[in-house]
Amino acid sequence: MCTMIVQQAEIDGSGKGAKGWFTLRQVNVSYDHPYHVPLEHALNIDFVNEAEGAGARVAVELSVESARQLLQTIQAVLARAEAGGYLEGDT
Amino acid sequence: MYHTHMYEGMLAETVTMRGDKGDVINAYYARPLGAGPFPGMVVIHHAPGWDEWYREATRKFAHHGYAAISPNLYFRDGHGTPEDVGAKVRAAGGVPDDQAVGDVEGAMRYLRSLPYINGKVGVFGTCSGGRHAFLVACRVRGFDAAVDCWGGRVAMSKEELTPKQPVAPIDYTKDLSCPLLGLFGEEDKSPSPEQVAQHERELKKHGKTYEFHMYPQAGHGFFYYDRPAYRQEQAVDGWKKVFAFLEKYLSAKGA
Repeated sequence: MCTMIVQQAEIDGSGKGAKGWFTLRQVNVSYDHPYHVPLEHALNIDFVNEAEGAGARVAVELSVESARQLLQTIQAVLARAEAGGYLEGDT
Repeated sequence: MYHTHMYEGMLAETVTMRGDKGDVINAYYARPLGAGPFPGMVVIHHAPGWDEWYREATRKFAHHGYAAISPNLYFRDGHGTPEDVGAKVRAAGGVPDDQAVGDVEGAMRYLRSLPYINGKVGVFGTCSGGRHAFLVACRVRGFDAAVDCWGGRVAMSKEELTPKQPVAPIDYTKDLSCPLLGLFGEEDKSPSPEQVAQHERELKKHGKTYEFHMYPQAGHGFFYYDRPAYRQEQAVDGWKKVFAFLEKYLSAKGA
């Protein structure tokens, strides 16, 4: 892609793709050309399972502002869950 | 130019060809019907993938009288929808430059092996494909014209170099072996107008034949009618410039 700004992380979870639920193994986060959102560049998140092929993908394309908002929201929810003693399997 | 009394027909289909290291990959191929001779065009898809726009562009070249082939540079990355495969390649940091150059060279050789080619072959690409078009025109002999539409990362800082992209294409400028047409948008960030100017200085320095056009009120990808970047007036003019350039350098009587 044109910026080549991309990072991958290993994750555990499930995602609902075109063929239903599947196990997630990786998340690919890039700031590059999106496929759908009408922006030249977007913060793209692909939740994938590489072992299951290219179609095992849950895709999200966000504006920069939305991506920052998502980040803050996740942090806020995790902080509340932690404060309440609800977090499971946190290492 | 097409006139309404003319016969027109085209064959367009998926084919297989030998790419980098002799690997078999697939490609989309379109040519006018008839005995020819036709000039050839290699059509290099953009970073988002080997998608419908590129199959349409391949047929557009055939409509204009070219035997055109668009190799699937992501063939080795598996199959699925063009978006899913493109996203996979995006996550992997793109395809290696050497491999892309090998695949495009293979496509050129495929065209040259055909009995109805007029002996001239050009290369066209947009986005990363524009970058690849310039790169291959520098690194491979056998092209007679190259069209780079808004290819980003031709000029690269040292920090941007990766094992897959170990050399900035601009550093190969001295080896450019055919005339180059470049179409760019003033509002583009990659390549920025400054980077295009840097490339132009390098082309001048080495006495290369080139034509660069910088379009006002256009950004990256202004030919893509399915994206908000589309700019009708600039796209119409851009295509006109592409075909005028190719007519000049790829027709049998051309330079």
